[in-house]
This record gives sequence, C-alpha cells and structure tokens, in this order.
Amino acid sequence: MEDSARIDLRSILREANVQDVFDQLDRDLVGLAPVKRRIREIAAFLVVSRARSQIGLEAEPPSLHMCFTGNPGTGKTTVALRMADILHRLGYVRTGHLVSVTRDDLVGQYIGHTAPKTKEILKKAMGGVLFIDEAYYLHRPENERDYGQEAIEILLQVMENHRDDLVVILAGYKDRMDTFFGSNPGLSSRIAHHIDFPDYSPEELLAIAQKMLEPMNYCLDEGAGTALREYIERRIHQPNFSNARSVRNALDRARLRQANRLFEAALGNGGDTAVETLRTLTEGDIRASRVFLDNPPQKAPVEARTPASTR
Amino acid sequence: MMSNHGKRLTQGQFSFLPDLSDAQITAQIKYALKNGWAVNVEYTDDPHPRNTYWEMYGMPMFDLKDPAGILMEINACRKTFPGQYIRVTAFDATRGWETPRMSFIVNRPEHEPGFGLVRQEVGGRNIRYTVRSYAADRPEGERY
Repeated sequence: MEDSARIDLRSILREANVQDVFDQLDRDLVGLAPVKRRIREIAAFLVVSRARSQIGLEAEPPSLHMCFTGNPGTGKTTVALRMADILHRLGYVRTGHLVSVTRDDLVGQYIGHTAPKTKEILKKAMGGVLFIDEAYYLHRPENERDYGQEAIEILLQVMENHRDDLVVILAGYKDRMDTFFGSNPGLSSRIAHHIDFPDYSPEELLAIAQKMLEPMNYCLDEGAGTALREYIERRIHQPNFSNARSVRNALDRARLRQANRLFEAALGNGGDTAVETLRTLTEGDIRASRVFLDNPPQKAPVEARTPASTR
Repeated sequence: MMSNHGKRLTQGQFSFLPDLSDAQITAQIKYALKNGWAVNVEYTDDPHPRNTYWEMYGMPMFDLKDPAGILMEINACRKTFPGQYIRVTAFDATRGWETPRMSFIVNRPEHEPGFGLVRQEVGGRNIRYTVRSYAADRPEGERY
C-alpha cells in the first residue's frame, strides 16, 4: 500500500449508520455529556482501526471490554444497550444483542455448578454484549471459598480468548468497583474503557420526567411542573435517592393518585370525565408525596413501599 | 459391495463429503440458530446405525444467538474425546416436529474399520443378518 493512498473515513461512518445512533443518543438521553463524549471517542477509535485494518495496518482487534461506574439510576443499562447497537453497526459484534446478568446468573450453588452456569451465560452472550450488573458481588473477600472467584476466572479466560466474539461490560457503584478491581488486577488490566456516569442535576431530572411522561400520554399542568421541580430538589437530599429511577417512581405514584382522584370525582358526579383530565397530572397529585412533609422521618426509608402509605 | 465406503462412517448430513471446516460448521449452526433450533453436541465410540442416543457433551444449548459458543463447545469436546465420533444435532421443538432437524458428524477417529455383516442360519434355511462394528469388540473407551 502506498503512503499516498487515501481512505474515506466518512464512508465507513456512513455505512455503519453510527450517526443515527449518536443522534438518537443525544435526543433520548438527557445530560450524561462525559459519557456521550467517551462513546463518540470509542466509536471514532473503532472507525479508524477499521480503516487501518482495511489497508492492512492493524492485525489485532482492539479490546472493547468496558466498565460503567456510577450511582443507581444514572442510565448504565440504557447506555449499555446503545453500546451493543453501536458495536454491532461498526461490525465489532455480530448480532448486537445484550445479555444482562448479575451474580446469581453466573455463580452456582455448589461445587461444580459454577463453571457450566457461567459458560452457559457466556455462550448466550456470544456475538453480542454481556452486561454484568453490580459485578463486585462476584468477589466476596470475606469467604475465600466463594464460587465467585471461579466465575471470574472463566470470565477472564473468555474475555481474553474470544475477544472478537463478545464484549463484556461491568457495571456498578464507583467506590465498590474500585475495590473490586483492586483485588482482581487481572480483570482490571483487561478492561480498556472505564466510563464514569455523573449524577443528574435537578434540571436534567425534570427533563427526564417530561421524557418519561410523553410516551405514556400524560402531561403536567403548570402547578404540577413547579411542584415536581420542588419535589426533585427535596428528594435529592434525602437518603436512597437513585436519580432517574426515583423520578420514575415518583411519577408512577403521582399517576396512582391521579387515578384515585378521578375515580372518586367520577363517583361523585356520575362518571362524566373530560379527556383532558385523564391526561393531566395536577399539582395536588405531586404535592401529596411524603417528600413534602416538613419534618420527614429521618430513619425510615423515604421511598414509599405502598401507594397508600404516601397519602 | 463395500460396506465401509471410503473407510468412513456415513451417518447424518454431509457424511459423504470431506470433513467440514470450522467455518463450514459455523455456517451450518448459524442456519440452525436462525430457525430457532436448540443445538447440542454428542459423542460416542459405538457408531452402530441403531445406536440413536449418543452421549451428550455438556448441556443442551438453548437461546443462543451466535454459533461461536457452540463451536467453543465442539472444540472442548474434540479435546476431551479426540478419538471418538462427535456430532452436532439441532432440535426443533415446534409442535408437529419435535425432532432433530439437523445432525452431522464433526469429528471422527483416525482409523475407521467399519462394520461386518454376520449371517445367522436359522430354521428352514432362513438367514438373519446382524451388523456389528469391528471396533466394538474392545471395551468402551478403547475402541478407536
């Protein structure tokens, strides 16, 4: 190959339709700027190494195993799903499906149970992406005979030998993941990309809430919008806050209260309800939450277990 | 007539062809997975045509999307039983079929002595025929 030969990167990018995924990523996912930047970087790297291999400059396929760290509800699973799609479009995994597992799916109950179980999952994930949520549970330092270690060893072996067959993504809280890697240096060194998911700001959470309500055909009236913003600002400082997931739960409970309110109103006026009221969540639906109590119980979990208790 | 044509066992698909390469095996498995069939790996050292049930290597593999996992299992089986017959079957669980839809040999012993025909004369000059494998005289595990 002559040095003067040119290769069209844009055509590779266009062929892979990656731009679609980027646009979708920007449209569907609120915030997460550093994550999106990293995904773009990885995609750019893949496009370039694809181009390099086309002209025979590269032999080894790049290592694509990743680690997603961040607090609960920051979108790790959602991004992993998109990642599978991107890798598929760029031709680095063959089918682009995501197999999402936790410790229970990999580690067996008794001696000799772990290896077949882990291998079964790995076989299912081949050609796609294996997403291991809360991966640090695989390693139990307090029990040295724990079968988790066996699962890690099989995982390592497959990650190394079947690099072009599957991509492994580990996910979990940042600090616990760091400890996990500290005690499993072999695993850490085989993961090329560490991506940290930041917490959402209140504005971003509000935007997320709007995005969640849209496909469900609900809308917030003016009072409910401000109430929700206030709710989020209060909720952030309370224990067990899990970002987008907390917002989703709050909306689910608001929908329940709305249904209850409409039902009671319907019983009163003989069942006549306007279509618009069926769509609208009002300020009262949001403000009924326990989060708005002036002195919320300090010890009790704030995330309500049953809708009745939030009243 | 030669009962052991080309000194090769001819059972299942592609058995008159030269051995399939790994790429060809992968392509066949891909076809099976595309149809939603469950693929499994079996082995035996008693290839009598009436020996329908071979030993299963590992577990049957359901819900796989990609042939790479099955090829991994085939290679593991080849490593464990290098001198035995290994076949890949694809089982169709659809109602009405409920049967293997594909079956082909992916590994065979180096030397295949084939089968002998035993003629037993019974009353009224009738003859009963039996097919027996030359290799099956020796105990299991020492046959090939």
